[in-house]
Amino acid sequence: MQRFDCPFCGPRPETEFHFAAEAGKTRPVRDCSDADWAAYLHMVRNAKGAVCEIWVHRPCREMFVMERDSATMEVQGSTALRGAP
Amino acid sequence: MSYSTLSLFWGGLTGHRHWRPAWREPAPKAEYDAIVIGGGGHGLATAYYLAKLHGITRVAVIEKGWLGGGNTGRNTTVIRSNYFHPESAALYDLAVRLYEGLSVELNYNVMFSQRGMLVAAHSEAEMELAARQLNAMRLNGVDSELLSRRQVRKRIPLLNLDGRYPIEGGVWQGRAGTGRHDAVAWGYARATDRLGVDLLQQTEVTGFLIEGGRCTGVETSRGTIRAGVVGAAVAGHSSVLAGLGGYALPITSYALQAFVTEPLKPCLDCVVLAPAHGTYVSQSDKGGLVFGGGLDRIPSYAQRGTMPVQEQVIAGLCDMFPSFAKVKLLRHWGGIVDVTPDSSPIIGPSGLPGLYLNCGWGTGGFKAIPAGGWLLAHLMATGAHHEISRPFDLDRFVTGRLIDEGAAAWIAH
Repeated sequence: MQRFDCPFCGPRPETEFHFAAEAGKTRPVRDCSDADWAAYLHMVRNAKGAVCEIWVHRPCREMFVMERDSATMEVQGSTALRGAP
Repeated sequence: MSYSTLSLFWGGLTGHRHWRPAWREPAPKAEYDAIVIGGGGHGLATAYYLAKLHGITRVAVIEKGWLGGGNTGRNTTVIRSNYFHPESAALYDLAVRLYEGLSVELNYNVMFSQRGMLVAAHSEAEMELAARQLNAMRLNGVDSELLSRRQVRKRIPLLNLDGRYPIEGGVWQGRAGTGRHDAVAWGYARATDRLGVDLLQQTEVTGFLIEGGRCTGVETSRGTIRAGVVGAAVAGHSSVLAGLGGYALPITSYALQAFVTEPLKPCLDCVVLAPAHGTYVSQSDKGGLVFGGGLDRIPSYAQRGTMPVQEQVIAGLCDMFPSFAKVKLLRHWGGIVDVTPDSSPIIGPSGLPGLYLNCGWGTGGFKAIPAGGWLLAHLMATGAHHEISRPFDLDRFVTGRLIDEGAAAWIAH
């Protein structure tokens, strides 16, 4: 069992967390092209190695940003979504 | 050398000195008509059909490890076509039909055993859905039957119908079954090699050769190789190639685990899936129980699984078959699967001209190997979609015409 850090609750078992999305996407303007909207909706980097993702800690329902390595599963750290760059 | 009962018998009389390597170990040439990236089932099948059906034999298959060493060697060998949408039925049933003739076609026993598969239904409401599923399959020309609780008990006596999730019946596909996963890769590899295709193992693609906006070859760990057309069938690493080629994919890579127990006497002669647990199981010809379940829900390129999912899958097996609870686990492992938003594969142009894709199979790539190879070969040879692959083009994410088997066919990926 791996433990992830919730910025609000501290280290908790992985089963309490839910992967939401990759961080860093910006919602396109309202009259964007279909391709731009599809890219926003579906396309992902899915990087091997360092990744920056949005996760939910289900017991406290808070979303946060987690940086980790998708190949080694090592976690670098978590920061609250509010105030994140 | 052609394999036959006679050659085996003759070999037995002459000390088995007749065996030869099943394929060559050629050095890379500077240029090919076509290159297939990925020496798993899909890649090897693509090269085979390029040579066999389209007469293109100046072909190389480029594999960074060894043939069939990725998901082809890591799956649970189930072959089936019990999907809901007509597009999926056409695709997966093409695979099952090609599998039915594959041992003869390749002169290699892929041990496709059509032992049947049960997808259990756990309640009266699920029995209604099972009937809907069965009718959809029959309308699509795929065999299926609705089994009652009594028929399930008779068919699979060891199955516990009164566990944590009671079993009321289920959908039965008699043509489904299991195959020998390594033999599928090796069979295609040997047949492809005999058609003159170069199988380049230990050769990793490190970049694409792009000239005038078109893919004209690949950079590899063994030098630059030029090609008229390039196809990629690299499953969980599709996004890594996309990063090299500068195109985007709607794919997230996850680990999927599988398990095998110590060998037992024959006790289970079909494949059983209990959707409430997500656990499915079959017994291999060697006697081991081969089973698996749902994805690890953490995006991953680590070819190993997480403990909570192991516990869930094994608990599911023990609930379905309490008599298996004392059986010892021999091995468990993980493979990296390429999951799309609608749980259907991507077959078609990549966005980089000259490069075609066969990916996004998620947890179900093995069953589709002959069809995936057949359709990618068609694309690479003609530059146009076959009617079966057309709906699975990448453009469906722009048009919104998704083929959502995750929702439609209870597929747990």
